[in-house]
Amino acid sequence: MSEPASLKTPAVRWEPGVELPPLAKDPITKVQLVKYAGASGDYNLIHTDDETARRVGLDGVIAHGMLSMGFLGQYLVHLAGPENVRSLKVRFRQMVRPGDVLTCKGRVAEVTEEPGGCRRVRLEVWAENQKGEAVTTGEGEVLVPAGSS
Amino acid sequence: MAIDRSLIGKESPEEVFEVEKGAIRKFAEAIGDPHPAFRSGEIAPPTFPTTFRMGIPGVNLELSRVLHGEQEYRYRRPIRAGDVLRCKTRVADVYEREGRLGKMTFLVTEIEGRDAAGELVFTGRSTIIVR
Repeated sequence: MSEPASLKTPAVRWEPGVELPPLAKDPITKVQLVKYAGASGDYNLIHTDDETARRVGLDGVIAHGMLSMGFLGQYLVHLAGPENVRSLKVRFRQMVRPGDVLTCKGRVAEVTEEPGGCRRVRLEVWAENQKGEAVTTGEGEVLVPAGSS
Repeated sequence: MAIDRSLIGKESPEEVFEVEKGAIRKFAEAIGDPHPAFRSGEIAPPTFPTTFRMGIPGVNLELSRVLHGEQEYRYRRPIRAGDVLRCKTRVADVYEREGRLGKMTFLVTEIEGRDAAGELVFTGRSTIIVR
């Protein structure tokens, strides 16, 4: 059985300025927000109950910020492997709603040699919605082997 | 101010979290991350520490008035199934800013998790906004 394309680690040139291959996520659904609430333990009802969301002045439920950060975590792992993520820092800039379609994008910011034959790569990453607005922005650090280009 | 600045420096008691495969799998599934290491539950996704929910004595917020502003995690190594992590959280800062929606209070908290050997595994820093 061959791996789905989304599981393959893409070949990336780890050099400052290089654009990273984007990762397109499926549209966010209300069911996903309920699942995320359960899995994360964040039971804030503004994410799962329209009535509560409206009571605090929103149009309806909004996605957990941590869900879009989760997408960016997936992106770093997709690029560098699950053992090699060393940091992720984000700012939640815009609300994300059910039906929104996020794409993770990024660029190599800095590459430094580490002792032990690997390099630490700082990446600028962000999640963009279907209108091209960066809803969650930040930076991550991953380790990559010294030799890989 | 929605939160008293005297809470800065306040620490929670230590809590112990056991990382379970089933919890990792459910978390990865909710994010829609198909990576085999997560779907098998062996390794936890980077944002998994958000599941380590800890209260801070003296901080009681009405959840629906709270927005998440920023979040940072740093890792010495990935979190794995079977890890028993001793976590502590503390209030790093409390401040007020004038925003579009009027005065808002910002609460910055930090968390750290150590393994059974006492080695630091991860740290986190969270900024939440109280409207």
